[in-house]
Amino acid sequence: MTDPAIELKGISKSFGPVQANKDISIRVMPGTIHGIIGENGAGKSTLMSILYGFYKADSGEIWIDGSETQIPDSQAAIAAGIGMVFQHFKLVENFTVLENVILGAEDSGLLKPSLTRARKALLDLAQEYGLNVDPDARIDEIGVGMQQRVEILKALYREAQILILDEPTGVLTPAEADQLFRILHRLREEGKTIILITHKLREIMEATDQVSVMRRGEMVATRTTSQTNPEELAELMVGRKVLLRVDKVPAQPGAKILEIKGLRVRDDKGVERVKGIDLNVRAGEILGIAGVAGNGQSELMEVLGGMRAGSGEVLLNGQPLELIGANGRAIRDKGIAHVPEDRQREGLIMDFHAWENVAFGYHHDEKYSRGLLMDNAALRADTEAKIEKFGIRPPNGWLSAKNFSGGNQQKIVVAREIERNPDLLLVGQPTRGVDIGAIEFIHKQIVALRDAGKAVLLVSVELEEIFSLSDRIAVMFDGHIMGERLPDRTDEKELGLLMAGVAGEAA
Amino acid sequence: MDFLTLIQVLDSTIRLTTPLLLACLAGLYSERAGIFDIGLEGKMLAAAFFSAAVAYVSGSVWLGLGAGIVSSVVLSGLHGLASITFRGNQLISGLAVTMLAQGFTVLVAQDWFSQGGRTPSLSGGARFTGITLPFADTLAPVPFIGPIYAELISGHSILVYLAFALVPLTWWVLFRTRFGLRLRAVGENPAAVDTAGVSVTGLRFSAVIICGVLCGIAGAYLSTALQAGFVKEMTAGRGYIALAALIFAKWRPWHALWACLLFGLLQAIALRYQSINLGGIVIPVQVMDALPYILTVVILAGFVGKAIPPRAGGEPYVKER
Repeated sequence: MTDPAIELKGISKSFGPVQANKDISIRVMPGTIHGIIGENGAGKSTLMSILYGFYKADSGEIWIDGSETQIPDSQAAIAAGIGMVFQHFKLVENFTVLENVILGAEDSGLLKPSLTRARKALLDLAQEYGLNVDPDARIDEIGVGMQQRVEILKALYREAQILILDEPTGVLTPAEADQLFRILHRLREEGKTIILITHKLREIMEATDQVSVMRRGEMVATRTTSQTNPEELAELMVGRKVLLRVDKVPAQPGAKILEIKGLRVRDDKGVERVKGIDLNVRAGEILGIAGVAGNGQSELMEVLGGMRAGSGEVLLNGQPLELIGANGRAIRDKGIAHVPEDRQREGLIMDFHAWENVAFGYHHDEKYSRGLLMDNAALRADTEAKIEKFGIRPPNGWLSAKNFSGGNQQKIVVAREIERNPDLLLVGQPTRGVDIGAIEFIHKQIVALRDAGKAVLLVSVELEEIFSLSDRIAVMFDGHIMGERLPDRTDEKELGLLMAGVAGEAA
Repeated sequence: MDFLTLIQVLDSTIRLTTPLLLACLAGLYSERAGIFDIGLEGKMLAAAFFSAAVAYVSGSVWLGLGAGIVSSVVLSGLHGLASITFRGNQLISGLAVTMLAQGFTVLVAQDWFSQGGRTPSLSGGARFTGITLPFADTLAPVPFIGPIYAELISGHSILVYLAFALVPLTWWVLFRTRFGLRLRAVGENPAAVDTAGVSVTGLRFSAVIICGVLCGIAGAYLSTALQAGFVKEMTAGRGYIALAALIFAKWRPWHALWACLLFGLLQAIALRYQSINLGGIVIPVQVMDALPYILTVVILAGFVGKAIPPRAGGEPYVKER
């Protein structure tokens, strides 16, 4: 029997009081794609960072190809034939592709011979695996899909036999993700071993041979992918049965709540990010805006939320909305609630208590005031009610926002905004960094608001989320709406093309 | 202004540019590696004192230079320890280095020499003297070229030639060698360097040490070549002007040369003309002295385009979770 390419035995690692990995053992056979799945914070990335020498395990052994190997730093990991593509790329942005590839793997003190050799090697690798990149392009001039290829090339240039990819599809369009998986299959054919870390069940089912599930720092199960199913994996991840699909009745759209005509928005650098779009959202429906991050969705949400100026016309309940000089409070008073995309920067003050956070933006409300003073008792009572209703854990309003998990932080924001019973709810990336259990809950709340006859404008880069929540889908690319589709009359492939800027026929 | 005056002003420009250029290149190495250093001034000051003190006591300017470099490198090490090892605030650490140097140079000078915080005047082998280049005397009578060669190019101390030679050398190191590639990378994205299996700490310390050596030479030049001995606060803000020149140059070696020459020229003009009479309007010397700073403000206000510092500059490197 062949030795495993990688065998981890009893790996444990703590960060202060938090135990990220508890006695983890795993065997990865050579020439396979091995998935590691788990919720955010389950310890997947920590485990792989230990394997790559980025962190040092508190205890445990690492065996590579049947012999015990010490990996005190990344240098040792590279020497052992391990390459890693991090979730956040480790590239020098103002260097060329070529310079990034040779960095740390130069042949000699002078750069020229290394550059010449690397240029040739990149051409060979491009042919072998379909990893085409322009060696002289600067990293900040190429797209994320290309940047990811550079990361893979970096590993292959160092002759990695084992490739670890941490959440590789988070920033990719579906087409780019498909291409990535083709490349991974190609690498497997050449005998490379691949570890794929993800929280997306679909990717595990499509791409892997084996899958290991992690939950709260522990390895709970390993399955052969062909002999399991998404429901079983989700249950293993969360520790209880979960509903993967949102149960909802067909929408019953009413009057137009939000009408956008020819809206244009510039970002902080003066670059136009929203280039004249028309949209409308009716009462009792969820309009989902799909698109790869950075195509103007954020700016659109910021304008509607009163955080940014724009030009064009926006009507709320038929009344024009101030687009210049508007502020969050004026917008909120008109009946728009906003769950911002980045909850840690825009939705919460991380060092403040939950009970202070739970009413941000509404502090002036009579409910929370006693004359000129804030009514802290009322605030705390309100917090208790929201903790109860939204199942916020731990149920302690005195904890700082930063002490809650991502999912519970988001529940605080969602509770605050939805409980205002707004006419229009703006939701940006509602489940980014949120665990499956909380996703289920947050989705239910959004649908409930819709069923109560309110309008919801949803922005998400997760197509799965767009599909399961939206009653209508608009795709944004480069500041334009590429088209609108109905979720039951389109598929990921079609949306993927629109997201990549390939125009389809009008809906 | 006649030709000879022009030559003299330019000659003085070169002498005054030298310490700026050395300090500017020192800062370039450090900041390209992501360590901001506002302590250039302090390191130069310490080096100026120890160079002069050791040169006076030993009678050898070379020993003086060595002592200057060592003292500056020690302060660099301190800055490195605070900002790399202990991940402290680089601005505060740099400021502390300068304040420390401003205090102890005068204190130690008073204790050792009892001349009111200065060192005794240096002479003979305790100073760097000008080097007469070959054929300088022969060529001197030739019109135009003669004075340029004999007055402007020839006759400077070895440190002047060193400073100017460091410009192409620094360019070559940064853009043609492995060390340079890694140095630039660590100032832009230390995580990329770390995951490539190269020590971030090691690289940043080498950059900081190089910075110390160059500041040491700059300081030694001030007290043993430009002037003959150490006086209190003799760096007179040159460390800060060098930083301004570095921003002006957008952290590039050749541009650093031009920026330092410009600031050197301003200083030379201020030195030669105590007040300038422009068609009845007298420009006081204080305005000339302030010009480098005014220029810096204008530059930083975006007059010459945006100066983008190395992306990881000023940030201690912490592995993210």
